[in-house]
Amino acid sequence: MIEAPPEEPRELNAALDFVRVELVSRGFETRHGRVQALAGMSLHAAPREVVAVVGPSGCGKSTLLELICKLQKPDAGTIEAGPAALMPQRDLLLPWLSAIDNAALALRARGISRVQARSIAAPWLERFGLARFEHTRPAELSGGMRQRVSFLRTLLAGKPVLALDEPFAALDAITRQEMQGWLGRVLESEPRTVILVTHDVEEAVMLGDRVVVMSPRPGHTVSEIEVPLTRPRKRTDPAVVDLRERALTALGVQA
Amino acid sequence: MSAGRRAIPALLLLLGLIAIWELYVEVKGSSFSTAILPAPHQVASALYDDRALLWSNFLVTAKEVLLGILLAAVLGAILSVAIHFSPTLRRAVYPLTVASQAVPVPILAPVLAFWLGFGLLPKLMVVALVSFFSVVVTTTAGLAAVDPDLVKLMRTFDASRLRTFRHIELPSALPGVFAGAKIAVAVSVIGAVLAEYMGSNSGLGYVILVSEPQLLVARAVAAVVILSLFAIALFALLGLIERLALPWVYRSPAEQAT
Repeated sequence: MIEAPPEEPRELNAALDFVRVELVSRGFETRHGRVQALAGMSLHAAPREVVAVVGPSGCGKSTLLELICKLQKPDAGTIEAGPAALMPQRDLLLPWLSAIDNAALALRARGISRVQARSIAAPWLERFGLARFEHTRPAELSGGMRQRVSFLRTLLAGKPVLALDEPFAALDAITRQEMQGWLGRVLESEPRTVILVTHDVEEAVMLGDRVVVMSPRPGHTVSEIEVPLTRPRKRTDPAVVDLRERALTALGVQA
Repeated sequence: MSAGRRAIPALLLLLGLIAIWELYVEVKGSSFSTAILPAPHQVASALYDDRALLWSNFLVTAKEVLLGILLAAVLGAILSVAIHFSPTLRRAVYPLTVASQAVPVPILAPVLAFWLGFGLLPKLMVVALVSFFSVVVTTTAGLAAVDPDLVKLMRTFDASRLRTFRHIELPSALPGVFAGAKIAVAVSVIGAVLAEYMGSNSGLGYVILVSEPQLLVARAVAAVVILSLFAIALFALLGLIERLALPWVYRSPAEQAT
């Protein structure tokens, strides 16, 4: 399904492809007083490990990703992380750019010429099954295609760490399952250190090497679940079902 | 629905209004129609009889309006960008921009004529001044509406502020420039006419100014008809340029459904 990479997006810095978050706290002043997003949050991801982070809505998951991407600074605690590229929750594709130019945005952001950026992105679009849609604008792409372009855009940033913020939350159930399978295969052939934030426990178990369960706000880790299963995984595999139930229990969800 | 069929309601309404106008002037009598308001058929014959005069003066006014709007779009876009990047500048400039809109052209035109003479330049300045505000408002709104998450995304891509501006904010601002220019069309035509009133020897405003005292009211109204048609054409032209230059802004309903 996925062939050998046509070209590495960028040389990856092997020394800096882990994530270590130690007892991090982060709060915000709002009109309604102070909101503590994270309190004593710890998390680590080994090189090329996929860590899925699940938690209730508003538990500070997006704040965590922004901290890892160095878009914010923690109030307390330490964060060590390799260079990280964000994949935002909504695809945030630029409506005036074709699929290929959207995918190549990170390259253009570094000052690479349009022609060169396109020549780097083109083989990837083909690999992601988007060759026919190179010159299509996002408005005419399906939800699944848009997420693939969005993921490719983040991948082509060439960062060793990928911070994925609920990448498939906006998709319908069928497309979401397809995209989860797709992302699993891509990461198999294109391993990265991934922090995958999701509110979908099944998605976490299907994709993660480890599942970190967060508490409600102020967010911190309440449980870590190893997922010692080979890929590809099946949703119906008793081990997957069992791990999903364990994660739900850790979240405090009564089945 | 074809463009021709869509125009039918507007044309019917226009014909109805012209008929009422014709009847009204007929009832009022000939002294009314020569001094105060000519009948549509008199305007029509003035349009035909004075076509050479009207055309050459139309070209003068059209040039003032087109260049003035262009100037307003360029200056307005530049100021909007500056305001976008500097909250201090916004606080300093925005109230003055609003205030500039309240300055009546008849007050301003003599000053401009004193500085810049009676040629094209002072008219262009008046048109630009009256059009400028709507461009600044809509462009600033477009820039402010840029998704902050996009700016964050560009930061994780190591984009400089300048590249983020070029790839994200500049394209986002362009629809605002067009929206502002379209809003400014009608007021810019009025601005050009008033500027010509204040000191010129050509343009449709000048034609109106000199025709009225000579009781050539039909010719003055003919000039107004041309100005109105010009405003419609200019509005349509800006829409066309926008569609060609920014095709992502407009999508057919069929495309939006998918």
